Amino acid sequence: MPVLRGIDLRIDPGEVVGIVGPNGSGKSTLLRILATLLRPTDGSVSVLGSRTGSEGILAARSGIALLGHHPGLWGELTLEENLTFVARMAGASTDGVAAALEQVGLGGAKQRRADHSSHGMQRRVEFARVLLIKPQLLLLDEAHAGLDRAAQMLVNVTVSDVRRRGGAVVLVSHEPDRMLPLVDRTYHLDGGTLLSNGQAP
Amino acid sequence: MSGRAFWSQVKEIARKDLLIEGRAGEALFITIPFGAVALMLIPLAIGTDKPLLAQVGPGMFLAVALLFGMLIAFRQTAADTPPQKELLTLLGTDPAAQFVGRMAASTLLLLIFEAVLAPVTVILYNPGRIPRWPWLLLVMFLLALGLALVGTLAGSVTAGLRTRNTLTPLLVAPLSMPLLLASAQVVEALRKEASILLWITLLATMNLTIAVIGVVTARPLEESSR
Repeated sequence: MPVLRGIDLRIDPGEVVGIVGPNGSGKSTLLRILATLLRPTDGSVSVLGSRTGSEGILAARSGIALLGHHPGLWGELTLEENLTFVARMAGASTDGVAAALEQVGLGGAKQRRADHSSHGMQRRVEFARVLLIKPQLLLLDEAHAGLDRAAQMLVNVTVSDVRRRGGAVVLVSHEPDRMLPLVDRTYHLDGGTLLSNGQAP
Repeated sequence: MSGRAFWSQVKEIARKDLLIEGRAGEALFITIPFGAVALMLIPLAIGTDKPLLAQVGPGMFLAVALLFGMLIAFRQTAADTPPQKELLTLLGTDPAAQFVGRMAASTLLLLIFEAVLAPVTVILYNPGRIPRWPWLLLVMFLLALGLALVGTLAGSVTAGLRTRNTLTPLLVAPLSMPLLLASAQVVEALRKEASILLWITLLATMNLTIAVIGVVTARPLEESSR
């Protein structure tokens, strides 16, 4: 049984798009398809100018950042080592690691191991990663979940940073209230189908 | 991806794996002591039969290196969680670079394992002076490399499968047996002062074949594991 049906969606550079819907509506699946981590069984997806399944998508992937429910950190590494590793793998400079950690309020905790850090701190490292590698497409899955008020401001800062650089942002949430101030357009997803057509909030 | 970027990713993956292993201690602080204990069991069982101990010593070293070495090559700390895998994919990591980097880290850990086990074997079994013994260093390297390759390849094949823990030994056992047999035959040939070229060639060819398979299948395996 298909999770998503009849999705027709275009997101332009510099746009911030919100997708709201109840649990199980297919939001995370849509986000993973946009991240090129899942391939649709039918239809086609083009991300950053490359079609999913083509050779070009491999290069395009390095311009995508996905912040999901579980932070992609290595527990035995310190917060700084995690970011340094990411920067080196992405071919980015490691000069900005300390500044990115300062920016998300983790300057004093950079030597702390990831598995000795709270979930909120791990989420902050994810935002530091985005600030460091500067993706062209940022995909945020329930970005505000599990964050305190100060950390929630990081969502705004990060989204603004990507938008300012001409990148696109997609936020999905089942709680639209905190997301709406950030987005240009909102889609409602239910039962795998887009019910609204990109209304301004 | 340029060759320089590829090898840079290989270096970073290997460095990360070694750093994680150094802190988790799964191989160095758990598997190595147990491997040494396993080597002690046979002398305790055989007693003071020195000629017999000398005869079985190298074989015991190879068997323990194989059995416990697979635990190192297939250690839990080298397995990425789904979010980590997705992050690596979105960072543009070449799956072949992941394979080579992970295999390089495992090879180094296995060489450390063998370097600890070798003197323990000499002390416990006193195998005597084996003619042309420096060739054994090459065998130890090829065995470590082979086990690392087999373990990394099995890890790639079973990544994302629920039956990973069951399927891995089934994949690893048939692939590692030729490594054990060829290594044992080299020791035997050295003792008899016979030619070892055939067995060394077999070890090297097998390693090269697994390496090529691992590199070529890295991307399709990575794509299918999601």
